[in-house]
Amino acid sequence: MGLFMFRLEKRPSPSAFWQYATPVLAVLLTMVAGGALFALLGKNPVAAIRTIFWDPLFGEFAFYLRGQLLVKAGPLILIAVGLSLGFRAGIWNIGAEGQYIMGAIFGAGVALAVFPTENRLIFPVMIVAGAFGGWLWAMIPAVLKTRFNTNEILVSLMLVYVAQTVLSKAATGFLRNPQGMGFPGSRNFSSYPAARNVELFAGSGMHWGVVAAFIAVIAAYVLLQRHLLGFQIKLAGQAPRAARFAGVQPTRLVVMCMGISGALAGMAGMFEVAGPAGQISIDFASGYGFTAIIVAFLGRLNPIGILLAGLVMALTYVGGEMASTNLGLPSAAIQVFQGMLLFFLLGVDVLTNYRLRLTKGRAA
Amino acid sequence: MTDPAPDLLRIEGLTKTYPGVVANDDVSFAISKGEIHALLGENGAGKSTLVKMIYGLVKPDRGGMVLHGQAFAPTRPSAARAAGVAMVFQHFSLFEALNVAENVALGMESPPPMRELAARIRAVSEDYGLPLDPARMVGDLSAGERQRVEIVRCLLQDPKLLIMDEPTSVLTPQEVDILFQTLRKLSAEGTAILYISHKLEEIRALCDEATILRRGKVVGSCTPRDVSAREMAEMMVGAVLTPPARAARRDWGDAQPALAVAGLSVASPIPFGTSLKEVGFTVQRGEVLGIAGVAGNGQDELLLALSGELRCAPGMVQCFGKPIGHLGPNERRAMGFVAAPEDRLGHAAAPDMSLVENAFLSGSVRKGLTRNGFIDWARAKTWAEEVVAQYDVRTPGTWVAARALSGGNLQKFLMGRELSQSPEVVIINQPTWGVDAAAAAFIRQEILNRAQDGAAVVVISQDLDDLLEVSDRFAALNEGRLTPARPTEGLTVEEIGLMMGGAHGMEVAHHG
Repeated sequence: MGLFMFRLEKRPSPSAFWQYATPVLAVLLTMVAGGALFALLGKNPVAAIRTIFWDPLFGEFAFYLRGQLLVKAGPLILIAVGLSLGFRAGIWNIGAEGQYIMGAIFGAGVALAVFPTENRLIFPVMIVAGAFGGWLWAMIPAVLKTRFNTNEILVSLMLVYVAQTVLSKAATGFLRNPQGMGFPGSRNFSSYPAARNVELFAGSGMHWGVVAAFIAVIAAYVLLQRHLLGFQIKLAGQAPRAARFAGVQPTRLVVMCMGISGALAGMAGMFEVAGPAGQISIDFASGYGFTAIIVAFLGRLNPIGILLAGLVMALTYVGGEMASTNLGLPSAAIQVFQGMLLFFLLGVDVLTNYRLRLTKGRAA
Repeated sequence: MTDPAPDLLRIEGLTKTYPGVVANDDVSFAISKGEIHALLGENGAGKSTLVKMIYGLVKPDRGGMVLHGQAFAPTRPSAARAAGVAMVFQHFSLFEALNVAENVALGMESPPPMRELAARIRAVSEDYGLPLDPARMVGDLSAGERQRVEIVRCLLQDPKLLIMDEPTSVLTPQEVDILFQTLRKLSAEGTAILYISHKLEEIRALCDEATILRRGKVVGSCTPRDVSAREMAEMMVGAVLTPPARAARRDWGDAQPALAVAGLSVASPIPFGTSLKEVGFTVQRGEVLGIAGVAGNGQDELLLALSGELRCAPGMVQCFGKPIGHLGPNERRAMGFVAAPEDRLGHAAAPDMSLVENAFLSGSVRKGLTRNGFIDWARAKTWAEEVVAQYDVRTPGTWVAARALSGGNLQKFLMGRELSQSPEVVIINQPTWGVDAAAAAFIRQEILNRAQDGAAVVVISQDLDDLLEVSDRFAALNEGRLTPARPTEGLTVEEIGLMMGGAHGMEVAHHG
């Protein structure tokens, strides 16, 4: 048969070009496939893609939406940086959403316990409490894994649902606003200056969480490039036996990676509840913890890449909201759109290690 | 030379180029029916590429082959097999959880019913003095028996040309004898054998003709019986070889041995591995203990237990009388240990990391490459460059990934990495695995130099040449047990073979 076939050929070493080109290609493919999806839904695909990717940056309401970009990107980047460390070491924390919720509850709980005291130490203590909450929640799968060899993917994921239950309990019970006339939800931090995560420059969307995200990016970069722990993380992920030979203790690494990612997710939750969200409410969890997994991979598990990927993902959030209000796209379609991004990224990823060869096919 | 006997396989000007290297350059030779033909060459000389072309795994750029007087250009192994070419690889491709007959069936295009196949396996294996029980699980077989499965698998195809790649590297001397009898019988029946090896004495004992490759080219041919092993080695290397020099041993006057192992029993962490049973030995400063054994008799486990990757009761391993069995790899490195595991890619080195990162991997403790947890990459790089220069590692630079180096070059780098850490206790598994004769001589010399400097050295190897050249005392691992160590001087090959476990219950045994 004279058919042409594609064949995958392993490259001698990973292609540097495709390592950077695959995320871009994945975004482009997502635009095409997403456009097709929107067209099937009876919307103008060009207008929809434009609304998602162009309008938040350069459209009529860009002055407002650009700020929203940082508000959304901050928690995504902060969580994704933490997750990427574990992912590099082959430790799969899928439950960042739960750690994010627990961080918010711990952070808010500390502040609400001392309400209405005004003290400059309250906000720093909230940050520590938020990080602690996330860390604690991540330690459950970590300890179960190191002690009983359970699967951290399952345990961390299941704990998300437990955290969600705790969240609704907090909103309707132990953290409910006593002056809220029985409505669910805690006191609003916008009326509690000492505990408020303020916007640092008006209209920029820049709050302390975004600052923390930038610091996390730099710290993770230095950690991976220069620090022994970063080296051990990379080594354990690439060659587990060589890691043991190098004296890496797998148990310690699991605890470190789960702990760091949990603490960062918890911090993100605390910044969110004290800032953009404003209060503990039943629908506080908005899926940042899950989307951050996509961000981590879209950014190639590289801190700088995650910074860029977080901004792109924030764009789809902000633009997606615009598209659903302006064009009437269902929000589920936007979520499918975001999911496609990971799908295509993993799909084209093969090009980094393999090259595509067009060959004259022959029956195998 | 023109041979009146009709050639079975004639190779004419085969050339294969890979990016940056000519693996085979205009290679021509011929094998006649029933001939045992040696293909001899250093690592990277192009032996593997050549046999891969004959077996249809690699397509030549230029040149051709003639088999039975007809043009032969196999595009894949099944085509080569159909034409009567069979190959036994150096690394077995067997499933440990399946039995012998099932493994053989997996390699066939259209396997007969199991009962019939089992009967054929039994018949063929007995015909050739390679007894095999088709119902036995491969996981339970010794390395020699596994090789028999591979050979019988080939013989069932009734091959005209049998290619064997380094077949004796996993065998005891007694098993080698039996293999040679089988090969001679095959040859007498008209099957030609292409025998790849770097063990010159074996080639002299077995082969009718030899073709010598160097850097992808045929540099000579000879009748191995008529030339000395030394002459062949020098043709292969293209230089004059000098055996390692050893100075008289110094008495360090230690009260305690540098390394003492007593009653070491640990379960193997490796699936289908061999647990260590009551292993005991001592090594003084300046002394080299050689540990022989057929692959899979506990060598990997012993290395893990000595390097600290596998921990045991504190007293089972002692360093100058101090119990260290419970300490991990880096704590032992701090005390002066260095270890070189056999498996280079994945264990001794991370395949995708650069040579600098791989140097850091095991050298960070003894070379002081971290400060407050931060890595001094500049110093790591300088040191990696020193290792590359000193151990003649051929590489474009220290930034390349470990997996991009050829096996022999990576081995040189990894040996250099361990031996240049001024160690006090050296543990090496397979020091010269895959390196050429000149590099092997250099590595052995470096091992002796470290002992001269006062290190206690344990060399685990399946290469008896390694052990006989470097070791002061000699012991063998057999199913996880270690024989008492004996002085190497005066040991005969026969005695060594018996220490290694003889012929593993084979029928034809030749003990004196």
